[in-house]
Amino acid sequence: MCDQTFMAATFGPCDSCGKASPLMNIYIKSEAINYCSFCVEMMACQQLQKGETLQSLKKESDSLKKKLEEERGKLNDVELHQVAEKVEVLSSLSIKTRRVLKGHGNKVLCVDWCKDKRRLVSSSQDGKAIVWDAFTLNKEHGVTLPCTWVMACAYAPSGCAVACGGLDNKCSVVPLSLDKNENLAAKKKSVAMHTNYVSGCTFTNSDMQLLTSSGDGTCALWDVESGQLLQSFHGHTADVLSLDLAPSETGNTFVSGGCDMKANVWDMRSGQNIQSFESHESDINCVRYYPSGDAFASASDDATCRFYDLRADREVAVYQKDSVIFGASSVDFSLSGRLLFAGYNDYTINVWDVLKGTRVSILFGHENRVSRVRVSPDGTALCSASWDNTLRIWA
Amino acid sequence: MSTNNNIAQARKLVEQLRIEAGIERIKVKQYFSSLFFPLLVSKAAADLMSYCDQHARSDPLLVGVPTSENPFKDKKPCIIL
Repeated sequence: MCDQTFMAATFGPCDSCGKASPLMNIYIKSEAINYCSFCVEMMACQQLQKGETLQSLKKESDSLKKKLEEERGKLNDVELHQVAEKVEVLSSLSIKTRRVLKGHGNKVLCVDWCKDKRRLVSSSQDGKAIVWDAFTLNKEHGVTLPCTWVMACAYAPSGCAVACGGLDNKCSVVPLSLDKNENLAAKKKSVAMHTNYVSGCTFTNSDMQLLTSSGDGTCALWDVESGQLLQSFHGHTADVLSLDLAPSETGNTFVSGGCDMKANVWDMRSGQNIQSFESHESDINCVRYYPSGDAFASASDDATCRFYDLRADREVAVYQKDSVIFGASSVDFSLSGRLLFAGYNDYTINVWDVLKGTRVSILFGHENRVSRVRVSPDGTALCSASWDNTLRIWA
Repeated sequence: MSTNNNIAQARKLVEQLRIEAGIERIKVKQYFSSLFFPLLVSKAAADLMSYCDQHARSDPLLVGVPTSENPFKDKKPCIIL
């Protein structure tokens, strides 16, 4: 599991005992306190009144939590789908498979579009990452990695490199060269080093920084050039399966979802967990921001997708149906955010109306689980990757 | 308002209780102001809806684009009558 010695964010003299040691940065009544862990425990123990035990305090804290939820519930004046009643019902969509990309030798696990809206990189269980031109079905580059299960791949914003990682516990950046004869694997550079598999990776707004999520329960921000760890994000209590960067140019936050059923929002500069959402009933496989950056959706093994608003600080919609019993592996929004495409383990892609909460369409075609769905940067097409060794482009 | 005070007190207590119960992860929440955050769902939902509305016309998967403009849709071959 996760071997985390992460509470120490800074090292220095303790405010209370004066000894130099790893400090726990905590806030009490919005006042920053830098105590070493021994002093924090002493402070906590001294607060225990006579006759109180850990048991009674736990009970009290549970009842207080319930009370908080009640008070919070009073703020929930109306549901999203009720507000959306006056919105027009969507006419049926005419989305069909337009391209089938064949070439991987095994399950395709991840796909990412390039900003030029026509290239894609996909990675597979066979240890290969392939760069495709989606218009012509041409395979432009192929990189062989020394591990199987390449679970994460990402295209750099400039289009000049791709990052991939998986069971090798690393995330490597491969610069793409126009020279067809060049061996790309030789130029591969290991950037991220985790202590467990890499489940997700994305470049930040430039080619210079890489954000990764891992089965070791942490997310991390790396400098591509030096391979140095710039910031690490601790807080999940189980494998982190997915992450997504907030869409704004100036945005410095990202959301991550994991096997602890929590979706956490993080501040990239400080490494702090600013918001946390726990309403799923099973592992969260994928998280994706709404195009405006004010909300995000998550897909989970509990066969539901959920929509969380960051400013209301709560879940505002659940996308589920009695007939949908297989876990959802991946979600993505259409350009306007009105449609939510979700790939499921029953080989289908369900298209949900984000505002009304109803299912608009089902896309059939894959012959095995859908592992990833991604909408192209200009919103003209949807690419889905599947365990049937193919990718499909829908438009 | 007394409700806000109760919430603030309860929150303070829960935060302290969490430290005392030895919970591993210390949560640090930054509230801009207890009056403005969190937003009412009706306001947040209205903003989401207006974003969808503004961008709906330019969403190709939602409204559909003519075959001639979509690079992925195959153009039908000409039929000579």
